[in-house]
Formats: sequence, structure tokens, C-alpha cells
Amino acid sequence: MESSLPQVARPLPRRRTVHYTLSLWLLAAPLLLLIAAPVLALVARVDFSLFLANLTSNVVIRAISLSLVTSLIATLLALCFGLPLAYLLARRQFRGKMIVDTLIDLPMILPPAVAGIALLLAFGRRGLIGAPLAEFGITLAFTQVAVIMAQTFVAAPYFVKAATAALLGVERELEQSAALDGASPLQVFVAITIPLSWPVLSSGLVMTWARALGEFGATIIFAGNLAGRTQTMPLAIYLGFERDLQLAIVLALVLLGVAFLVLLIVKGWLRQRVGAV
Amino acid sequence: MTRHAVFYVRPLLLLLLLALAFLTACAGASTAPGAPAAGDAPSGALTVFAASSLTDAFSTLGDTFEAEYQGVTINFSFANAQQLGTQITEGAPADVFATALQDHMDLAIRSGRIDPEAVTVFARNRIVVVAPADNPGNVTSLRDLARPGLRLVLADQAAAAGQYALSFLDKASALPEYGADYRERVLANVRSYEDSVRATFTKVLLGEADAGIVFSTDPASDRDRVLVLEIPAELNTIVEYPIAPLDDAANPALARAFIDFVLAPRGQAILGSFGFQQVN
Repeated sequence: MESSLPQVARPLPRRRTVHYTLSLWLLAAPLLLLIAAPVLALVARVDFSLFLANLTSNVVIRAISLSLVTSLIATLLALCFGLPLAYLLARRQFRGKMIVDTLIDLPMILPPAVAGIALLLAFGRRGLIGAPLAEFGITLAFTQVAVIMAQTFVAAPYFVKAATAALLGVERELEQSAALDGASPLQVFVAITIPLSWPVLSSGLVMTWARALGEFGATIIFAGNLAGRTQTMPLAIYLGFERDLQLAIVLALVLLGVAFLVLLIVKGWLRQRVGAV
Repeated sequence: MTRHAVFYVRPLLLLLLLALAFLTACAGASTAPGAPAAGDAPSGALTVFAASSLTDAFSTLGDTFEAEYQGVTINFSFANAQQLGTQITEGAPADVFATALQDHMDLAIRSGRIDPEAVTVFARNRIVVVAPADNPGNVTSLRDLARPGLRLVLADQAAAAGQYALSFLDKASALPEYGADYRERVLANVRSYEDSVRATFTKVLLGEADAGIVFSTDPASDRDRVLVLEIPAELNTIVEYPIAPLDDAANPALARAFIDFVLAPRGQAILGSFGFQQVN
């Protein structure tokens, strides 16, 4: 592997590079257009005086803050519980590993509405786990906990998948030599494994956050829709479309704008960190 | 070379044959049986466009009608009534149009394909309060909806049932037996404004909510799993379902016969069994 690298890295004649780059852009253009056109169409359709008026409206502020808080908590939960799971999948051999691995894939395949119904059947007041909980006076459906659970259910697999790949990519020799020098397993994990896998881990976190922020189907079914309590941005947008197209477009733009900004900031920060390493 | 040619020709031939078959099928469909001779018993095929909320009731009506008149086939197109109205405007081949809102019928009337004089109301619907069969919230009267702590679910205002529920609360708040703050106290119990009336009903059916407000047709096929509490007519919104034949129906006699059947006692009884209020 290593020996073939210099060959690839040998610079091509300048004109050929330009040609290659140009044809790559041409090939990428349809996809870029498919993604950019709807976003631009939303911006083009918006009435900007309405936009400013709606930006500070109660519905928008409550929905956006609820969305940010819940999606952030869902991402943290994915990190806390997803990392150990990813570690098991990447580093340990055990019976039923294929089954666990495939189980993690399921939420990515399930239509979100089905996910919502499944969550309700498990954690609802009459559900498999929800019924015993209700005996203790704990109800989850229609609460913010349900919003976070729905988002975690749908989004966490993206982090587990990314983290498993990240951990598999870390060279074991480096970890082993640290262990030989007397580092404890935890020290190895914190000082060697995490920093080495950080670029992939962090992009997995960003993807998980983005998916949680956009979560709609599972949330509206499991957590319901109540402004200020369980109505996240995607719910407000969806119901807005049935009432007032302009308001819905404003809400959608706010969501897109916030997501775009956060992603840019996080990516810029990551590039700095990775560059400094 | 020749071998390759054979391999390429076969799929092409197959495609051509398929295209030909498709075209013949289309041609066949467009020259479907025309109107029967006047005075004869109705026969032939009828295309009925009906709002999706009529799916269960009209399927049963259609089966009964087909059993009554041998040789008659009814093809239903059940969809969002707004879409059906648009399709009719765009010239879709339909013989009868039945819907849940006069607005959608007006859409079809504006297209010039339906005579406003020919429109008849064939059923009525109203809103009711539903609770799970074991009644966890102990809802026995409309006043109980205002009891603090009750888990209530309504349809969002984007859905017609949501608007009718709010209108019921407004009307009740004007009456002394409910009190002026009835609306406010009931709305304080709302856990969720669901995106459709069906979703609202499902939450009650699953026992997630203590009560919900839905159309009387929603619990029709789950009578043993929910309790239904009627909302009196003076507080209710009565929804009228219009039906009409299309002016350019391929088979006007059959279209008329089907509408008469829907309005006749037998048709009305079937609609009644699906929770609709009959028209006299």
C-alpha cells in the first residue's frame, strides 16, 4: 500500500489536471443542482418583510429552541451510548454480532412513521415497557423525553456506523505500543484511539445531529404536536404547509439557515483542530 | 457478430411487443362499452370518484349494487377529494363524483362538467368525543373534558375535524352549564394537536389519550374498542356530503341508478352502519 503512494502523488501535467477537474465538476453538477435548486427556490419564494416579522414570532422561537435543545441532547446520548456499542462492534468478537450490527441498521431503513408507531407500542401508556412505567406514574408519550427518544432512535445509528468505521481505521500497533509502555486501557482509549479516530467520529456526530434536527415522522407520532412542548421545527413546518404556505417557507428557511450556520461553524472548527494535530 | 446481433434483437423485439400490447390495451380502454339502450336495466361499467373518507362505506355500497344489478361493474377511485376535484377539472373520465366537502364539488362545478342542479346531499357527518373502552380518564359527560389532568388529543386546525372541535368549544362556552372558561380549560388539557383526524383517533384507540374529538364515522369499525360520547346538534357542526353525476358520463342511466341506490333506504342503511347520519 505504502509503496504505491508516491506514484499516485506524482503531479500530472497542468493542462491535464485542469481537464480532469473540469470533467469532475461536470459529472458532479447534476447532484449539486438537484440539491441547490430546491433550496434556492425556497429563498426565491419568500416574502422578506414577512420573513423578518415571523423570525421573532413566538411559534418560531419556541420551535427552534426546542429543536436545538432536543437534537443536541439526542446527539450527546448517541455519543455516550453509541461509542461503547461501536467499540464492541469494532474490537470484540461475539455471538450474534451480525444480528446486533443489522439491528443498528434498521432505524435507517424504517419509514419514520413506522418508527413512531413502534416507539408508541413499546413506550406508550399501554406499551410493552410503557405500561409497567405507567404503574410508577411515568408517562413518556407527548413529552419532551419522547421527542429526544424519537430523535435518538432515528439518528443514533448514523453515529454508531461512523464510530465503528472510525475505530476500525485506527492502527492497532499504535495502541499496543502505548499499552506496552504501561498505559491503562482507558489511557490508551483517551490518548490514542479517540484522537486518531476523531475526524471520522466527529463527522458521524455532525450527521447524527443533522438527522435528529430534521426528524419528523417518528416525533409527530410518538411525541405528538403541541406548540412550545413537543412541536419541533419540522412539525411546525409540516403543519404550516397545510395552513399558510408563506409561514411554512419562512420556518423552513430559518431551519435551513440555522442548520447551515451550525454545520459551517462546526466544520470550520474541526478543520482547525484536525489541521493543528 | 451474428450471435451478438441475436442477443440485441431479442430484447428489442420483446420491448416492441410489450409496447404494442400496452397500446392495444389503452385503445381498448378508451372504447369502453357505451350507454345502454334507454329503458333497459342498467348494465356496463361505472367509474365513481369518491373522497377517501368514503372508502369503506362506498366499497360495501358498490358490492351490494353489483350484486343487485348483474352485469354492472363499478370502478372506484378513492383519493383526497381536492385531488379528485382537480382531476375532474383536468378532464379525467368519471361518471359520478362523491365528496365530503361542498368546496370540492364546487371545484368540479366550475369546470363545467357538473350541473349544480344535479347535486344532492347523500349523507351527513358530525363530530363525537371518543375514549378508550376502559375509560382511563373516566369521561362520562362533555363537562369532563375540562377536568384538569385529562389527557386530551385534538386534530390540528389544518384538518377539518380540528376546526369543528374548536367551534364546538366556542359554542359550549356560551352556555351557562359549561361556563365561559370551558374552551380555555379544555384546551389546557390538550397533549397534542394531531396532523389528521385519523391520527387523533389512533391515539385514543391505542389508549395514549383519555379522550379525543373525531368524526362519528371514525370509530365505526372499532365500536367495541372505544366509547363514543355524542355532542348535541346545537353544539355540533353537521357536515354534508354531496354527490352528483357528470354531465358527460359515458353511461348516464347507470350513473343515475347508482345515485338513486345511495339515496334509497338500503343505501342509506349501509351508510348508517358506517357512522354516517342518514338524509331523509
